[in-house]
Amino acid sequence: MAKLSTDFELPLRSFDLTLALEVERTVALVGPSGAGKSSVLRSIAGLARPRGRIALGDEVWLDATTFRPPEERRVGLVFQEYALFPHLNVQRNVAFGGKERVGELLERFRISHLASARPGELSGGERQRVALARALARDPGVLLLDEPLAALDAHTKDTVRSELQALLAELGLPTVVVTHDYEDAAALAETVGVLVDGRLRQLGSPTELVSQPADPFVASFTGANLLRGSVQLFDDGLTRVRLESGEVVYSTDEADGEVGVVVYPWDVSIGRIHADDSAMNLIRGEVTSVSQVGNRVRVRVGPLTAEVTQASVERLGLARGGTAFASFKATGTRLVPLGARASGSDRTPPGSDGRA
Amino acid sequence: MKRALAAVLVAAAAAVALAFLVLPIAAIFLRVPPGHLLRQLSSPIVTDALIVSFKTTAIAQVLILAFGTPLAWLIASRSFRGRALAITLVELPLVLPPAVAGLGLLAAFGRFGLLSTNIAFTQTAVVFAVTFVSSPLYIRQAIAAFEAVDPNLVAASRTLGAGPGRTFFRVVLPLAWNGLAAGEALAFARGLGEFGATIMFAGSLQGVTQTLPLAIYSAFAIDFDTALAMGALLVAISAVLLLVLKLVLSWRSSRPTSSFLFARST
Repeated sequence: MAKLSTDFELPLRSFDLTLALEVERTVALVGPSGAGKSSVLRSIAGLARPRGRIALGDEVWLDATTFRPPEERRVGLVFQEYALFPHLNVQRNVAFGGKERVGELLERFRISHLASARPGELSGGERQRVALARALARDPGVLLLDEPLAALDAHTKDTVRSELQALLAELGLPTVVVTHDYEDAAALAETVGVLVDGRLRQLGSPTELVSQPADPFVASFTGANLLRGSVQLFDDGLTRVRLESGEVVYSTDEADGEVGVVVYPWDVSIGRIHADDSAMNLIRGEVTSVSQVGNRVRVRVGPLTAEVTQASVERLGLARGGTAFASFKATGTRLVPLGARASGSDRTPPGSDGRA
Repeated sequence: MKRALAAVLVAAAAAVALAFLVLPIAAIFLRVPPGHLLRQLSSPIVTDALIVSFKTTAIAQVLILAFGTPLAWLIASRSFRGRALAITLVELPLVLPPAVAGLGLLAAFGRFGLLSTNIAFTQTAVVFAVTFVSSPLYIRQAIAAFEAVDPNLVAASRTLGAGPGRTFFRVVLPLAWNGLAAGEALAFARGLGEFGATIMFAGSLQGVTQTLPLAIYSAFAIDFDTALAMGALLVAISAVLLLVLKLVLSWRSSRPTSSFLFARST
């Protein structure tokens, strides 16, 4: 399978989008809305005209002397709202991309029974399957998915996400997925890039982004707690950080100056009383929310979100309004420098706080 | 009490307005018995005018569609400097007094005009006059219809392998069809009724440049019944046109998906 390589620059309204990327399998680009994610897909598809180079294998789509229009690039672009042709039925929508494999694709996506239906009569999940079938009917060398799960309701989303996972694995095409949801990105792609204001902040495996976030934005985007503070002392392999809220926490990471203390919700324990255990860090606070997320419960204590089991919630009698202690080990923290606070790093990404 | 009075006043005003619009049209048919009207239609003045009218209007519509559609598409799909100016220039003939339109055509295409041609007072001049006054109605409507087509659908078509031409005929045209048809019907009706610019630029020569409205004007002083017959004919044609347009539009929009709009992707 030919590799997609991009290295281009596209001026947007308030910043320049730059992207150097090698895509062999699935790469997900995550970032807040307005980060330039859709423009990446438009550039690869030939709907925007950046400066630089875009090639699939040795097929050059864009360079200083070449600009192949969209119809001459072998891309399958699935639009966020699917962009199905409202005047054509499902069969003809799919056949628009290529007539040879229509029957097979309708079958593959379980939409044969909808062949003569119009897009307006379909559910969100069905529309997405039609859009995927249509994009694949062209026999593309690259698959581009723009927010493939955003237009779906929560119930449909889980099913579609696992279907999409299976499909991408089966196709083995170079694929670029764009999403604002880190969990979707981590579920669909081996490599995730965090895009903010037109620039890649970090590119790595989902595990790398979680364990070694390059900056506070990446950390909070992946769902971590981020506590702001300044380093007071580094001694005996431990860094002492005084938080803006006044508490003092310890980390095994070495750092200096203004830092963000990154700690993941699953590394935070909760108790009703001050327990004397190996966790060096303890924060006392009011329980401000208790919410079920899948088979886990997210509990917010003061500035921290912890993930615990339903059994623990019941045993401890955790409820909104009560007081609790949140503890975490110094080894469970990462310190990231708080550099340019005026830039995009200060923006609160969706999902980091809203879910708790 | 007050509310009842207001209701009566509103109803009365509505009745007056409706009667005022209906009366002159009804009068055309009521003034002369129908049999008499029909007999007048076989007079050579009427048949000549009918032929000239339809021939010139038909040619004008072909020209309007052939040249107006690309112009409307360019204005609707591109953003360029002077776009607002281009739209204003397209709309200007709409608000121009017909006499000024005729004068302008003479100044441009008359024997002593800018381009100095021989078309003044020929059937070509009728076509020019009709095209000049009626094309803006079509082009304006066509711009709006093209602008209403979701750009994502155009983009989707391109990424699916269709070039600009195929995209236009298979995606843009079908989706803009209702608007184009409505604009074309308006232009057709306006062209059929064209009077002022035609009489100045093409004259009123029976069998050559005398269209139905011109024939009515020259007949009504001498033979009011013939004028009425031609008037009735124009009313009938216009009514049928309006009816067909409404039927076509309501049939298309009653289908479940034709009014379906996609939200724009960011």
